[in-house]
Amino acid sequence: MANDIKILTEHINIPGIETFEVYRKAGGYNAVEKAIKKMSPDEIVEEVKKSGIRGRGGAGFPMGMKWSFLAKPEGVPRYLVCNADESEPGTFKDHYLMKNLPHLLIEGMIVSSFALGANKSFIYVRGELMYVVRILEKAIEEAKAAGFLGKNILGSGYDLELVVQPGGGAYICGEETALLESLEGKRGNPRNKPPFPAVKGLYQSPTVVNNVESIANTPWVINHGGEEYAKIGIGRSTGTKLISASGHIKNPGVYEITLGLPVDEFMNSDQYLGGIRDGHYLKAVVAGGSSVPILPANLFYKTANGEDRLMSYESLSDGGFPTGTMLGSGGFIAMDETTCIVRNTWNFSRFYHHESCGQCSPCREGTGWMEKVLHRIEHGHGTMSDIDLLVDVAKKIEGNTICPLGDAAAWPVASAIRHFRDEFEWHINHPNEATKPGAVYMGAEILA
Amino acid sequence: MSVTFTEDKLKKAQEIILRYPEGRQKSALLPILHLAQEQFGWVSSDTMDYVAGLLSISPIEVYEVATFYTMFHLEPVGKHVIEYCRTGPCCAMGGEEVFSHLKTKLGIKANETTSDGLFTVKEVECLAACGWGPCFQIREKYFMHLTNQKVDDIIEELSK
Repeated sequence: MANDIKILTEHINIPGIETFEVYRKAGGYNAVEKAIKKMSPDEIVEEVKKSGIRGRGGAGFPMGMKWSFLAKPEGVPRYLVCNADESEPGTFKDHYLMKNLPHLLIEGMIVSSFALGANKSFIYVRGELMYVVRILEKAIEEAKAAGFLGKNILGSGYDLELVVQPGGGAYICGEETALLESLEGKRGNPRNKPPFPAVKGLYQSPTVVNNVESIANTPWVINHGGEEYAKIGIGRSTGTKLISASGHIKNPGVYEITLGLPVDEFMNSDQYLGGIRDGHYLKAVVAGGSSVPILPANLFYKTANGEDRLMSYESLSDGGFPTGTMLGSGGFIAMDETTCIVRNTWNFSRFYHHESCGQCSPCREGTGWMEKVLHRIEHGHGTMSDIDLLVDVAKKIEGNTICPLGDAAAWPVASAIRHFRDEFEWHINHPNEATKPGAVYMGAEILA
Repeated sequence: MSVTFTEDKLKKAQEIILRYPEGRQKSALLPILHLAQEQFGWVSSDTMDYVAGLLSISPIEVYEVATFYTMFHLEPVGKHVIEYCRTGPCCAMGGEEVFSHLKTKLGIKANETTSDGLFTVKEVECLAACGWGPCFQIREKYFMHLTNQKVDDIIEELSK
């Protein structure tokens, strides 16, 4: 299979593609026609299952399986909620997709809602992206005027209303049950599970929550079939993935890659990131959003067994947490040798402390501890026992909270110490050098 | 101070309330707090009480939400609120230097307002524009690929 198939972004550069008219001319909404006129909801679920597509928000749970868990009690409404709360540092792919291709998401929402039997569906967009909310609302109006939304879609008797909901600035609302709380007009405190949203979700009704990119894949699956989709990619990593790349690379931006693309090619070819900026070299990579374990360059390019790493769920996680990482949300952050790992880890810790909802004490207190301890190491006041203290606090947060924010806060700290312990020690042993502006530990030499 | 929406905003608020199933009007809380902030610039406790009335919920239900979400300004702010991203990827893209320049230029620290009431600067977490960073947001508009020069130009333009 060619490495450059574009499931999502094939038409992204057509001028005016954000309008209904141009999108429709490019074949847009064909999946709605096919789904509603020729397929049953169960057939659509079956195609999505066959596609093998995994949730693109970060967890990578098979989408078709998630759909098949949806409870269908008689006389109770069911809801589809699109998670467009994209807030994981390093991740800006959904932002890119929605602002450029709003109709792709809406088309996906229509076919997915039809498959799940939802008559009112929500797109929950992080509040900072209010301009994107307005783009989506305009696109919804256009789709409604053309008969693809509202009552009796294409004369089928199927009704669907789409509501775009802005958030209020809270990373935690990307967690699906926090998102549902928020959508009900409450604080974004994650719920205890079970019950899972598939049984009791929005307004205590059966609900599916899917990421923007996951939903945007469904029109292609309907048009071409799940089996065709599953032929793209590698092994259990089927299809393409949007990777949003930032940091010290020549070409930051959003790329749609076929899963299984060699890491080296993605990192260094001009078609993708173009390598590290001139005169510098790669030090570390956060491959899937700030919460996944950071990897030093050598373990990023090759697994501990010396195999070339690929951009896929399995290859990136090869070696587990000791020597691997995760594909996560596709939030790819490359750091060259000028990056201070201690400072970056402190920065991420501050983020998780700031974003902890405060419900579970291990996360509420632990994220604050980690931020404070990292702050003092970074600012020249650390002691050697602080390193073990950080490892200990991270361990006590992990797995002990209602939602995965605790894990997300613990992993970057634990992995930074695992792979860059000497850099933490250097900070502690050389407070005067380490606190000079721009000072970075580079093994034997020090960049100042 | 008594608080009321303009006729347009009230109409919009009523439209929003109708989006949700019957009895679930509380879902309109975040969108309506955004509307309120659009009109008043910030969200005062009087505004929260007013919103509670519109939604027929108790004021505490609005307070606990308005104070949870970071986008709502709970104190008066300047005419232009500059919210810059302080998270890792923007820092890697040069954010620390650019935002330090921004604060020096305005002569204020984060969470302060210039004495002429024109600018408030706030530090926020990741704005989902990492590869286009450093970035900040002024109300709904994103400003990306910022440099010291671009910051100067934006401030100059908004100071006119």
